[in-house]
Amino acid sequence: MSRRTITRADLTEAVYQEVGLSRNESADLVEMVLEEIADALAAGDSVKIASFGTFIVRQKGLRRGRNPKTGEEVPILPRRVLSFRASHILKAHINGENS
Amino acid sequence: MTRSQLIAQLVHRNPHLLARDAERVVATVFGSISDALADGDRVELRGFGAFSVKRRDARQGRNPRTGETVPVGVKNAPYFKTGKELRDRLNDGHDGDDDDDDC
Repeated sequence: MSRRTITRADLTEAVYQEVGLSRNESADLVEMVLEEIADALAAGDSVKIASFGTFIVRQKGLRRGRNPKTGEEVPILPRRVLSFRASHILKAHINGENS
Repeated sequence: MTRSQLIAQLVHRNPHLLARDAERVVATVFGSISDALADGDRVELRGFGAFSVKRRDARQGRNPRTGETVPVGVKNAPYFKTGKELRDRLNDGHDGDDDDDDC
């Protein structure tokens, strides 16, 4: 297995190759895709990308935590966290199955 | 928001972009991420988050209906870690804990 890290630049290149828009436009569109998803999530919406997965915003309540270094008890305030659930298709793809 | 709403939003923001091309942009972005993960690669999108693959060891599972024990083989599971900027945005700029972050 290779161990590469894919970044925005690689996604831009893929869009440039596949869609045939300019490199600049491709870069802008990749950014916009991420922006639109982030905006929807920040507004508290879930984002469902068919055949890829779903991003869900979850509300976490107040709980007691501990500073692992000092052992001191500290409250963990209520917060919103993001979870990602991969679709069956993505899971199958990652496990080398055809679906 | 769904995939089709995302495509509509891209078209809305780019009046000269054909709906067909917007669709291909979205398909290419998520297709590239999926293919990278299938190759065992990591995808790091700063400010947004990082996708990686975690190996799940073989284990003894249970059929929830019959209670019968069944072996579950090794498998790989996709994992997403939210980026710092997005995590902060979800909490209106102030995050509860300021732990490490790599993206």
